[in-house]
Amino acid sequence: MNRMQQNVDSTQAIAESDAIAVERTLAGDRDAYRVLVERHSHNVFRLAYRMTGNRHDAEEVVQEAFLRGYQKLGQFAARSNFGTWVYRIAANYAIDRMRQRQKEDARREVPRTEDQDGMENDPLSRVKDEAPTPERLTQSIELRKQMERALAALSEAERTAFVMRHWEGCGIEEIAAVLKSSSNATKNTVFRAVQKLRQALQPFVETRAQARAMGTEL
Amino acid sequence: MKHMTEEELIAYREGVAEQRAVISEHLAACKECRAELQRIEAVLAALDTLPVPDPGVDYGRQVWKQIAPRLAEKPGRWWQAWLEPRRLAAAGAVLALVVGAFLVGRISTKHDLGNNAASKEQVRERILVVAVGEHLGHSERMLVELSNAAPSGPKQKEVNISAEQQRAEDLLQENRLYRQTALQEGDAGLASVLDELERVLLDVAHSPEEVTPAQLEAIQKKIEARGILFKVRVVNKELQQRQEASEPTPSQNKTAKGERNKV
Repeated sequence: MNRMQQNVDSTQAIAESDAIAVERTLAGDRDAYRVLVERHSHNVFRLAYRMTGNRHDAEEVVQEAFLRGYQKLGQFAARSNFGTWVYRIAANYAIDRMRQRQKEDARREVPRTEDQDGMENDPLSRVKDEAPTPERLTQSIELRKQMERALAALSEAERTAFVMRHWEGCGIEEIAAVLKSSSNATKNTVFRAVQKLRQALQPFVETRAQARAMGTEL
Repeated sequence: MKHMTEEELIAYREGVAEQRAVISEHLAACKECRAELQRIEAVLAALDTLPVPDPGVDYGRQVWKQIAPRLAEKPGRWWQAWLEPRRLAAAGAVLALVVGAFLVGRISTKHDLGNNAASKEQVRERILVVAVGEHLGHSERMLVELSNAAPSGPKQKEVNISAEQQRAEDLLQENRLYRQTALQEGDAGLASVLDELERVLLDVAHSPEEVTPAQLEAIQKKIEARGILFKVRVVNKELQQRQEASEPTPSQNKTAKGERNKV
């Protein structure tokens, strides 16, 4: 077996288990933490983006989550799932960031301009359809704006509960730990979030469904 | 027939219902509740179409690149992270802010008890002004250089901006600390400009080391579109004026903050 093959095997061995990577990191192998960062960054980014609603804050949350994870890794030893653990750290930091952002926005006289990333990632720009109808574009843009507004109108706890439960599929106990709340209270928070979203969005969703039925939307 | 409540249907849909079997049984027999559940699902399905930007296949590596210099040799010792040079420099400025405020607060107690709170605030702000002014100056120079960067000739396919990228990374760490300090100090206008600057620094720090002329133009347009250079200059000039003023009155400070909020 040549040296290159040994390196590949070594990398694969690290990748096989988060637990091994954590142990190696704790033993002083800093590069082992790199494996954990590279493996979980995308998932943590997705959670952070859905919680904060913008890429700038999401990237800050990801970095902070892994930095704090590294600093607190000694406390992780008894736990079994690094992904869940770093997720929780990220969710907690995202809540702090959302609160900070709300204060900043409230203090500003001029409302924040829309994040350019938001435009770059507009789903409409990804649609390959060659000739979208003006009605379709208008309704899709309006619905998207309404969805973003409805999510932004949720409290931090509601948004966190909804994102973690609906989009990330986290368990109620896990969400409760982040919210520092009981299971029953967390279930109620999930309910309130969905109820508020429904109240805000159902008219727009039904309008779009009617437009589809009438053929003005594809 | 007693229908399911909205709460029960949402709990069922989100997989947190306690009596799932009972609700399933009811739904099988009740057309109205099925229709209600479908309305809930339609809203949730619409929400599922909201996109999450793809940070790119190299994102994990980028995160590592960003955080690696800030990690201590061994994890678990939280204080080691504060010993890295970048953090020390920025933390030093914040520490100076606190110590300065404390010392002048004590001195001012002896001289003028009535103006104690106002003096402390002024000194704290003056120290912040000096540190942030320097930071804004560095940021401005980097952004000006980047805005003026151009390929040396029409045949040049790529422009190396690694120096600006590295500086942006360094400035990013400082910027976060100053923004948080400005927020704690209640200077919302300064925090707001620093927040906007942070977005631009983040964009530059995440750019490739070598960019095509078109990519460079896109970065330059982004800087121009956000008007960040103008805002940085305005705030920096205002900070310099405040620094030069030996005895700023609380009312002057208030006016200055108000002006910045309009930037």
